[in-house]
Amino acid sequence: MELICPAGTPSAFREAVDAGADAVYCGFRDETNARNFPGLNFSRQELRESIGYARKKNVQTFVALNTFMRAGDETLWYRAADDAAAMGVDALILADFGLMAYVAEKYPEQRLHVSVQASASNRDAIQFLIDAFGAKRVVLPRVLTVQDIARLTRQINCEVEVFAFGGLCVMAEGRCSLSSYATGKSPNMNGVCSPASHVKYRQDGKTLVSELGEYTINRFAPNEASGYPTLCKGRFEIGDTHGYAFEDPVSLDVVDHIDALKDAGVAALKIEGRQRGKAYVAEVVSSLKRALAAQPAERSALVSRLRTMSEGQRTTSGAYEKRWR
Amino acid sequence: MTALKPALSLGPVYYLWDGPKWRDFYFRIADEAPVEHVILGETVCSKRQHFTEPHISEVVERLEAAGKTVTLSTLAMVTLERESRHVRDLIRDSVHAIEANDLAALGLIKGRAHSIGPLVNVYSAATARVLAARGADNICLPPELPMSSIGNILQSMPGFSFEIFAFGRMPLAISARCAHARSKGLTKDNCQFICGEEPDGLPLRTLDRQSFLVLNGVQTMSNTCVVLLDELSALAAAGIARVRLSPQDCDMVAVARLYHAVLDGSMDGEEAIARLAEVYPGAVFSNGFYHQREGAAWVARGRDAALGHS
Repeated sequence: MELICPAGTPSAFREAVDAGADAVYCGFRDETNARNFPGLNFSRQELRESIGYARKKNVQTFVALNTFMRAGDETLWYRAADDAAAMGVDALILADFGLMAYVAEKYPEQRLHVSVQASASNRDAIQFLIDAFGAKRVVLPRVLTVQDIARLTRQINCEVEVFAFGGLCVMAEGRCSLSSYATGKSPNMNGVCSPASHVKYRQDGKTLVSELGEYTINRFAPNEASGYPTLCKGRFEIGDTHGYAFEDPVSLDVVDHIDALKDAGVAALKIEGRQRGKAYVAEVVSSLKRALAAQPAERSALVSRLRTMSEGQRTTSGAYEKRWR
Repeated sequence: MTALKPALSLGPVYYLWDGPKWRDFYFRIADEAPVEHVILGETVCSKRQHFTEPHISEVVERLEAAGKTVTLSTLAMVTLERESRHVRDLIRDSVHAIEANDLAALGLIKGRAHSIGPLVNVYSAATARVLAARGADNICLPPELPMSSIGNILQSMPGFSFEIFAFGRMPLAISARCAHARSKGLTKDNCQFICGEEPDGLPLRTLDRQSFLVLNGVQTMSNTCVVLLDELSALAAAGIARVRLSPQDCDMVAVARLYHAVLDGSMDGEEAIARLAEVYPGAVFSNGFYHQREGAAWVARGRDAALGHS
C-alpha cells in the first residue's frame, strides 16, 4: 500500500519525502483547499520547487483542491487547477462536481482523485465519479467498516485510499455545516473547521471554558487536560446527562488494521495533518513506513510513540470497526 | 403588494414518526395545505423504512388526488449493500419523480428527469450545470448558501428551477455513528428505534445550557428553525422557483398558509413571522446563512438585532 503524507509547508514537504512518503499531498495558500489556515500551504513557486524535490526522489505530489467553488468566484478554483496541471502534479484531489467536470474536460490526461469531501461511500457513487469524470482513485469517507471497504473494492474498478492516522471527522466529510452554523466559516466554503479566529478560552472560577463563536464547547475542571474546541469533540448536555455527545477528543489510528485493509484491496493509506509541524510529519511518516514493512506483532511498538503525539493522546479505529457506530 | 411567483414545496419528514402519525400528517397536507409539491420518503436512516412503507401508497394516492406532485426522496447516506439495493430499486421501479440526495442516486438516475435535494453539495452554477446536463430539472440549494451565492446561481441559469430551504431545522451533518442512540446508552446497530421518542429532535445544549443542536438519529440538526419569510420577496425577484418547508412537529398546514400568504402578497413578512411564533411555540428562528453570518444568527429586517436569542 502507498503511504500518502500531508504537508502544510515546504519544509514539512521535504521531511515527508525524506521520511519515506510514496506521495505527498498539499494545497495552495487560499480557500481552494480544506486546510486554509493562516501561515499554511504553498505559493505557486513553492509548489513548483517541492514537486521538483519530490520527483528527484521518485515521490509523487498530489494537490488538494477540495473545497466547493464559491458562486461567482469559480475562476479562483479553475486557475488553481490550471496551475497545478501545468506544473505536472501527479494527481488533483477534488470534491466539487463542477471542478471535476472542468478538469476532466480540459485536462483529460490529468489523474483525478476524489477527495473524502465528496462523500463517495458506495459503489454506485464511485461508479458515477468514474463514468462522469474519469476518477482514478477515491478517498473513502470515514463512515465504512473494513468489511464494507473489502466489499466495495471488489465491486469497483477504481483505486481506494483510506485515512489511516491523524484527525478524525465524526461526521461524513463534506456534508457537515456544524462549524459554519456556529461561526459562519465551514470546511466546504472556507476550508476551515472550528476556526481559531472564533475560539475563546475564559476562566469561570476554577473552570476553564472553551468557546467556539458564542457557544461553549467544553468546560475543564482544574485537574483536567484542556483541548481545542473542535465542535464535534465537545462536551454537551442531553436530557439530564452530559458528556462527549459525538466523539471523545481522540484521533484515528488504524495501525492494528493494516493487514485487514491490505487484504480489503486498499491501494493507499492517508495520513491526516497538513496543519501539523514538520517534526510531527517526519515522525509519523517514518514510523508508519516502518510499521508497513514490519511484522504485525512489531507494529504496535513502532507506533506507540505516535499515539502520545495524537489529539487527546488517545486513538480510535473509528468507523473501521462496526462497534463504533 | 404584488403576488410573487414561487411555488411551495414540502420536504421529506426527517424525523422518525410512527406509521399512523406519518400517514395522518400527509392526509392533512393533502386536504388542507397550499403546497404544490410534496417530497417524501425516509431520507435519514434506512433502518426506519419499515415504519412508513406500509402507508406510502395510500399517502401518495391521497396527495395526487389533491393535485399535488409527489417526488420520492432517496437516502442521504448509502453505505450498506441493503441501502444500495434500496436506492437502485427505487430509481428503477418508481413511476414518481425522484429527489437524489447522494452520489449513488445521481449516478443511477442519469438521463431521467429528477430533482436534487438540499443534501447534495451545489455551491455554484458550474456545479448545477453539470447536474442539469445529466437530467436534473430542479435543485434545492443547500441551507448553508448566502444570498450572494443564491443570486449568482439564479442569474447564471435563468429559467432553471431552483428551490430554497425556507422553513425548518437545518440538516447540518450526518454520521455513521448514531449520537441519538448513544445518548441513551445504545448503539446504531441495536438502537431500538429510540429516536422515535423525539418526533421533533432531541435537544443538545452546551454545558452552559445554551440551546445549540438537536439530534435526529444519525443526523445532527440546528436547534434553530430557519425562517426565510422576510427574504421571500428578494428571492422571488431573483427568480427562485420553489420555496421548501421542512416538516417539524408543529401545525405544518398553518406554516404553509403563512408562507402562501406572504407569497401571494396578502400578508407582510413581519406579520407572518409574528404569527409563526404562535404556530411553532418555543422555536428559535434563524436566517444567518442567508445573510452571510453564522447559521444560528437571526437578522431582523432593517436592523442587525438578535430576536428570540438569549
